[in-house]
Amino acid sequence: MIDKKINFSSKFKTANIISVIFFILSIIFIFLKGLNFGIDFKGGTLIELRTESTKVGISQIRSTLSSMNLGDVNVKEFGEKGDYLIKVEQKKENNNNLIPDIKRALINNLNTEVNFRRVENVGPKVSSELLKSGIIAISLSLAAMLFYIWIRFEWQFSLGSIVALFHDVIITIGIFSILSLEINLSIIAAVLTIVGYSMNDTVVIYDRIRENLSKYTKLDISDIANLSVNETLSRTIITSLTTLLALLSIYILGGEILRGFSFAMILGIFIGTYSSIFVASPILKYFKVSYKTLEKKEEKIVP
Amino acid sequence: MLNFSKINVFLIYFIFLVIGLFSLLNFQNESKIYLDKKVNLGLDLQGGSYLLLEIDSDPLVKEKMQSKVIPLKKILKDNNLDYSNFKIEDKKLSFVLSDIEKFKVLFFSKKDNMVNPYIDKYNSYELDLKINQKRIEVLFSKFGLLSINNSALNQSIEIVRRRIDDVGTKEPTILQRGEKRILVELPGLKDPERIKNLLGKTAQLNFRLVEDNEEFGVEKLISEIGEELKVSKRIVMSGENLIDAQPNFNNQANQPTVSFTLDRLGAQKFGRTTTDNVGRRLAIVLDGKIISAPSINEPITSGNGMISGNFSFQEATDLALLLRSGALPTPLNVVEERTVGPDLGQDSINSGIKSLAIGFILVIIFMFYKYKIFGIIANLALIANLIMLVGILTIFEATLTLPGIAGIILTVGMAVDANVLIFERIKEELKTEKSIIHAFDIGYSRAKITVLDANITTLIAAIILFAFGSGPIKGFAITLGIGILTTLFSAYFLARHLTSLIILNKKESRISL
Repeated sequence: MIDKKINFSSKFKTANIISVIFFILSIIFIFLKGLNFGIDFKGGTLIELRTESTKVGISQIRSTLSSMNLGDVNVKEFGEKGDYLIKVEQKKENNNNLIPDIKRALINNLNTEVNFRRVENVGPKVSSELLKSGIIAISLSLAAMLFYIWIRFEWQFSLGSIVALFHDVIITIGIFSILSLEINLSIIAAVLTIVGYSMNDTVVIYDRIRENLSKYTKLDISDIANLSVNETLSRTIITSLTTLLALLSIYILGGEILRGFSFAMILGIFIGTYSSIFVASPILKYFKVSYKTLEKKEEKIVP
Repeated sequence: MLNFSKINVFLIYFIFLVIGLFSLLNFQNESKIYLDKKVNLGLDLQGGSYLLLEIDSDPLVKEKMQSKVIPLKKILKDNNLDYSNFKIEDKKLSFVLSDIEKFKVLFFSKKDNMVNPYIDKYNSYELDLKINQKRIEVLFSKFGLLSINNSALNQSIEIVRRRIDDVGTKEPTILQRGEKRILVELPGLKDPERIKNLLGKTAQLNFRLVEDNEEFGVEKLISEIGEELKVSKRIVMSGENLIDAQPNFNNQANQPTVSFTLDRLGAQKFGRTTTDNVGRRLAIVLDGKIISAPSINEPITSGNGMISGNFSFQEATDLALLLRSGALPTPLNVVEERTVGPDLGQDSINSGIKSLAIGFILVIIFMFYKYKIFGIIANLALIANLIMLVGILTIFEATLTLPGIAGIILTVGMAVDANVLIFERIKEELKTEKSIIHAFDIGYSRAKITVLDANITTLIAAIILFAFGSGPIKGFAITLGIGILTTLFSAYFLARHLTSLIILNKKESRISL
């Protein structure tokens, strides 16, 4: 696709500075602004409802709910006209009648049929367990990737790929913090898929770097990285494009429920592709990887 | 890499055909003349309720500890052990004793131990002692608590199953989750609130006499019409003695009622009490609330009775159901609930299929534009990939969720990667290699390792997701993971074979890729 060679290695430094800035910015946001956890991780009740009458306004729903003294209630329009999403914060005492109470109050106050299309209710114990298992899942997947690359490549590669993965995960979550987007179970799934995808992308380039290291023993790592990124560039672009096409299709046509998930994935594809080229590859340079690194590993294997 | 033996070619297409045929099972009509296997739709697609219930064994532990008081005192008395300062606390009993050694021997005897039975299953006693100088504390051992918890959980699961079966929902799933939880999945459920109501009631029913004066062993309860009644704590008869309960309509009073039938023991107790107490009122108490407190007009010895109260026919039906299914040993709390209405499920299916179709078409067009004839091969591999993915989902009767559909779409986007890697590699080889066949051969073998490495990483992510994810997310992990396997098969066997057919039959020495 691209025959003209792009000199990536000259841009490594600038790219790394940008990455570091984004990384630090993300961490600052995650810790200072925090994350907008959905009910999966915070507990509470979510109701997606459809009103039959188009005359119903969001303010009527808000005032109905605020008269019920439910505490922190959030109402927003959701998808089609007449569809709303209500979120009620977790209360300390368990109220088993919360949902029928809300339904009754809405029907009485709005004078229209109200259809609860989706109800989710997550208790405080379960939500903290879900958060814990989400964090474990992401950590475990990072560890598994580290281990896999460590077996397949040399330790420098393993470290390089893990730095790239941290970069992707932290910046993706950071952007969710900056934009106040909701983090729920499907976002965790998206992050894990991003981890897989980014790793996939990094491995393709690493494979080529390793091959070129033993092919051109005279070239230094920065040239090898540059050459390898260029050689695999058209594949990188084509695969990102087809994956993005599929994801855009989900984002636009897949409905409200998949929107957050597909957005996170689209974000992740961009960041993951970027990091394979501009983070994972230059790191090998800092570790002074050369064809000798490969020989050492081989010596170890064959004593 | 381009030479296939006849047996290999046969195997490749045979495997594809067999797996592919399974995918067709999803399209057969209701009669199911072939194999009855299909991909199940998750609750988020067909609508339904997911409930996670948690038992609260605390009240049960307290109750059990209280029941130890009498046998414990009996042992102390029978063996002439002088105790003092006997205290009944929440979950423990304590007293002061001088001859502790003697008590210990009695307390931990395996034979005929009325207070502290030995649980063979756990090789442990039910109770434990904590000795603090002269003061002895009696509390449940770790395994004692476990056995209370487990029996309560098993009993609860049984009762939950009976109640749900009685309501008559189709294909419910009721499973134990961990030590304290019960998972309930109810597909296609229209009214989850009714089920939640039915499961949320312990339904402990008992009949107790109403007393006139306020003596010891009387508690005040509010009746259904708001009247405060003094009710004896002594239970005449409880719900355990019920063998049947049915909703009825009392035409005279013009209100729904619940009629019940008692077992032999219950009938005896009930008969005796009603004979001795004609003229007095009998309170019917459910979960600590009075349903009604009718006067005993005449002795009831037949073992049949009727409960009237201020309820609608639906409430009478539910009460009868609760009484039939028996009481829960301890309250159940809904700790997680996810309900999707059937219309939203249908909407999700529609938008899922639409985005799958569009995503698929976009990728196919792109690949054709990019690689022409080899793009067609990649596309054929992609179609085969999807057919096999559905086929494998069918074989395992996996559950397809909305995130699962997203996983399929993502597979479509990422599946071409294997072929792209190979084609790009071949392109490079073509620059230096003169023989086309040789270039393809080298391209396929060199790309193999990369393709494997790249896919294994995604597979690892999918496996971890499967292990830690819940419900819909698991569905995503399943389709993503199976998608990777079918992708590898379709790229490395199907597409490679198709490519070899083209390359080996090509006469000209140039090729465009």
